[in-house]
Amino acid sequence: MKRIKTLNTRNLKESMKKGGCGECQTSCQSACKTSCTVGNQSCENNN
Amino acid sequence: MIHQYKNNDYNIVLDVNSGMIHVVDDLVYDIIELFEDNDTDTIIAAMMDKYSKPENAAKLEAPININDVIEAIEEIEELKKQGALFSEDIYKEYITDFKKRQTVVKALCLHIAHDCNLACKYCFAEEGEYKGHRELMSYEVGKKALDFLIENSGSRRNLEVDFFGGEPLMNWQVVKDLVAYGREQEKIHNKNFRFTLTTNGVLLNDDIMEFANKEMANIVLSIDGRKDVHDYMRPSRNGKGSYDLIVPKFEKVAESRNQTNYYVRGTFTRNNLDFSEDVLHLADLGFKQISVEPVVSLPEEPYAIREEDLPKIYEEYDKLAKEMIKRKKEGKGFNFFHFMIDLTGGPCVAKRLSGCGSGTEYLAVTPWGDLYPCHQFVGEDEFLLGNVFEGIKNTTCCDEFKLCNVYAKDKCRDCFARFYCSGGCAANSYKFHGKIDDAYDIGCDLQRKRVECAIMIKAAEAE
Repeated sequence: MKRIKTLNTRNLKESMKKGGCGECQTSCQSACKTSCTVGNQSCENNN
Repeated sequence: MIHQYKNNDYNIVLDVNSGMIHVVDDLVYDIIELFEDNDTDTIIAAMMDKYSKPENAAKLEAPININDVIEAIEEIEELKKQGALFSEDIYKEYITDFKKRQTVVKALCLHIAHDCNLACKYCFAEEGEYKGHRELMSYEVGKKALDFLIENSGSRRNLEVDFFGGEPLMNWQVVKDLVAYGREQEKIHNKNFRFTLTTNGVLLNDDIMEFANKEMANIVLSIDGRKDVHDYMRPSRNGKGSYDLIVPKFEKVAESRNQTNYYVRGTFTRNNLDFSEDVLHLADLGFKQISVEPVVSLPEEPYAIREEDLPKIYEEYDKLAKEMIKRKKEGKGFNFFHFMIDLTGGPCVAKRLSGCGSGTEYLAVTPWGDLYPCHQFVGEDEFLLGNVFEGIKNTTCCDEFKLCNVYAKDKCRDCFARFYCSGGCAANSYKFHGKIDDAYDIGCDLQRKRVECAIMIKAAEAE
């Protein structure tokens, strides 16, 4: 594409296929404790 | 739903439902604004009109002609076909099944000590006491809490336990004993405990560091930034500042952990709206993992963030984002927790819909074993869920948390950031609106700004 540059991003809809295993970190355990910061957590589903 | 914005000379277009992010030229940016509500001829006419005006044409490298507009429209249509622009929200149906899901407990915030050796002015725990009395968690209560977690964790292997307070180092022997017990139990039950520690650093010493480096997956070290800022809000009980005491220890912790798996974590308030200086101060001290967050306080507190402070805070976030890009290019980069965003391997939709997990996957345990939906609800009687000896009794309250997601909140439905904050913090909602399914408005404004900055940084890094 000439006019549009798409960043390397995982399409959220794809993540519905094998999502929800729950092995990822709870957001408040990382650093926040007073906000809800989910978007920066990493997926830990290796299957 | 589309969210488009300009930041640091980037034209950014976020397709909210797919999470896809595009950096576009001016023409595409303008067409996307019109795309859904206008036909092709109208869009072409509007663009030709706009770009024939001298003030707009002057900004262009080359004049825009009709073929340029058609080309731009075709690129947009191609991305739409790929599901990367103007994609539908298909999660509303998904959430119906999601509500029926069986949840398990996978994380506990252990209130090892309802006591503290500092008297921080903004403390939501009221200097460690949480509307109650001073108390330390006994080994027996802690053991029961770990047993409760194992029993209620179903097939989840990774279990998280945060040693929190008050100040957990005031009850360090119990922390050590609980880690030993957890290590023994994880082998028996095929679990993996990830222990974390949140400390103000006053009692940190070499022995504690050595143990923590061996056993703690993450350490959160509380420091607000510049000495005067830190000492003003985080004095000891005799009124003396704590900065000089903790900084050398925190530097040692960070280095001994190879600058990973820790955060220096601060709070900014109305007293230091120029908080980017505090973040940069921490970076200048050599810290690579930094989190500095806005205080969450009711408006009657003099240090509370007010709506009128938002423009200044936005400016600071922009300034910080640009400085971070610059420093990264110079090989002096650092992480800022609230700008971290994982675009390629980030959380799945299920995680983004379920939020932080408070009241379902994540619970707080008081020194005497009572269970609450999270550390911020401790001491609020209506949120008492049960205790580690008898388990969850107040299932009605847990169900309310289970149903608390972005589709349950009016304010989230039309918000572009809903899949990044997952509906925000239930405790903040309760604090400002008396219910958990609302949202703390200033917090939302700041979250949106941070998501914009975080994406802009990714756009800059992709160049």
